Amino acid sequence: MKILVVDDFSTMRRIVRNLLRDLGFNNIEEADDGNTALPMLRNGKFDFLVTDWNMPGMSGMELLQAVRADENLKHLPILMVTAEAKRDQIVAAAQAGVNGYVVKPFTAAVLKDKIEKIFERVE
Amino acid sequence: MSELNREDITEEVADELKEHATGLKEALDQGNISEAMQRIAELGEVRDRSLYREVGRLTRSLHEALRNFEIKAENREQQEELSKMADASDRLDYVVQLTSRSANKTMDLVEDTMPVASNLREEANAIREDWGRLRRREMKPSEFRELYRRIDAFLDRIVSDSDRLHGNLSEILLAQDFQDLTGQVIQRVTSLVKEVEDHLVKLMVMASDVDRITGLVHDQEEGSQEDAVSSRGEGPQIDDSQQDVVSGQDEVDDLLSSLGF
Repeated sequence: MKILVVDDFSTMRRIVRNLLRDLGFNNIEEADDGNTALPMLRNGKFDFLVTDWNMPGMSGMELLQAVRADENLKHLPILMVTAEAKRDQIVAAAQAGVNGYVVKPFTAAVLKDKIEKIFERVE
Repeated sequence: MSELNREDITEEVADELKEHATGLKEALDQGNISEAMQRIAELGEVRDRSLYREVGRLTRSLHEALRNFEIKAENREQQEELSKMADASDRLDYVVQLTSRSANKTMDLVEDTMPVASNLREEANAIREDWGRLRRREMKPSEFRELYRRIDAFLDRIVSDSDRLHGNLSEILLAQDFQDLTGQVIQRVTSLVKEVEDHLVKLMVMASDVDRITGLVHDQEEGSQEDAVSSRGEGPQIDDSQQDVVSGQDEVDDLLSSLGF
């Protein structure tokens, strides 16, 4: 299971990476915005994408739309982990095809629960 | 410039206006048109002068507010670090730096601490198993000697490892010292923003006074409220009591399940 974690703050990437490691995922790579993430996704055979929304360069929402529009990537499971907490935004992310949505601040249990649910549905 | 000064100015202006108005009335009563015209011109001049004075006063206090925006440092090191910063955005960058440094230090220590705790747990579990066999008298003397040696080593390890845990926890505690400095910086920036806002409001009131006095009418542009979701994001919501903001993960889950997730 190869996972890409996208967040503009290195501390948040580190927190997510640590939590994922606790859940038994060790093959994790990082990117700091959509512009860096998209080429990695296209070349890297990732199984799962965890992304923030609000980032400089390409935002998480734009990344989500780009992934869903890409023939080779459109089935990639995507979990959004973000401080964006407006109802309209959550609805928009759902409509754009996100597989899970976690609002910051979050707990390890919530992250675990959402990831498990995503893989239950995917499998 | 104090409010008292402002009142002085207004009073002075009112006195001058009154004087010229009386003069104007007298001139008109006497049929002295050129004197009346002169008075009207002087009235206009007083009005203009008071406007310039007011603009000047606001400009000075804005300038003062910006110049007063400084942080009191507690020691030389902080003084040097803080004096390098001339403006609010640099200050806020400094907050980002400090919080990020602290977060990374805390995570370094947590990453160092976690394996220590899990190793202790593993070794304690292994020893407890053998201890059970000893109590059930299932242990050979050679195995007992081995267990005796392991317990001895384990006790030593508990002492040194708990010292390390304690040390790491103390350092984690100290890594939270950023709150003091960042709190100060943010409070300063907040009060600067408030001050600037106050002055801007006063400028707006003045601008509307200018409009009223000069009789200017502006086209009212109704800013069309764009409600569409921005793909850029809006950042954290501070007030989760608002209708359109979820107050936590439970509400996100409810919303998503209502959409068929």
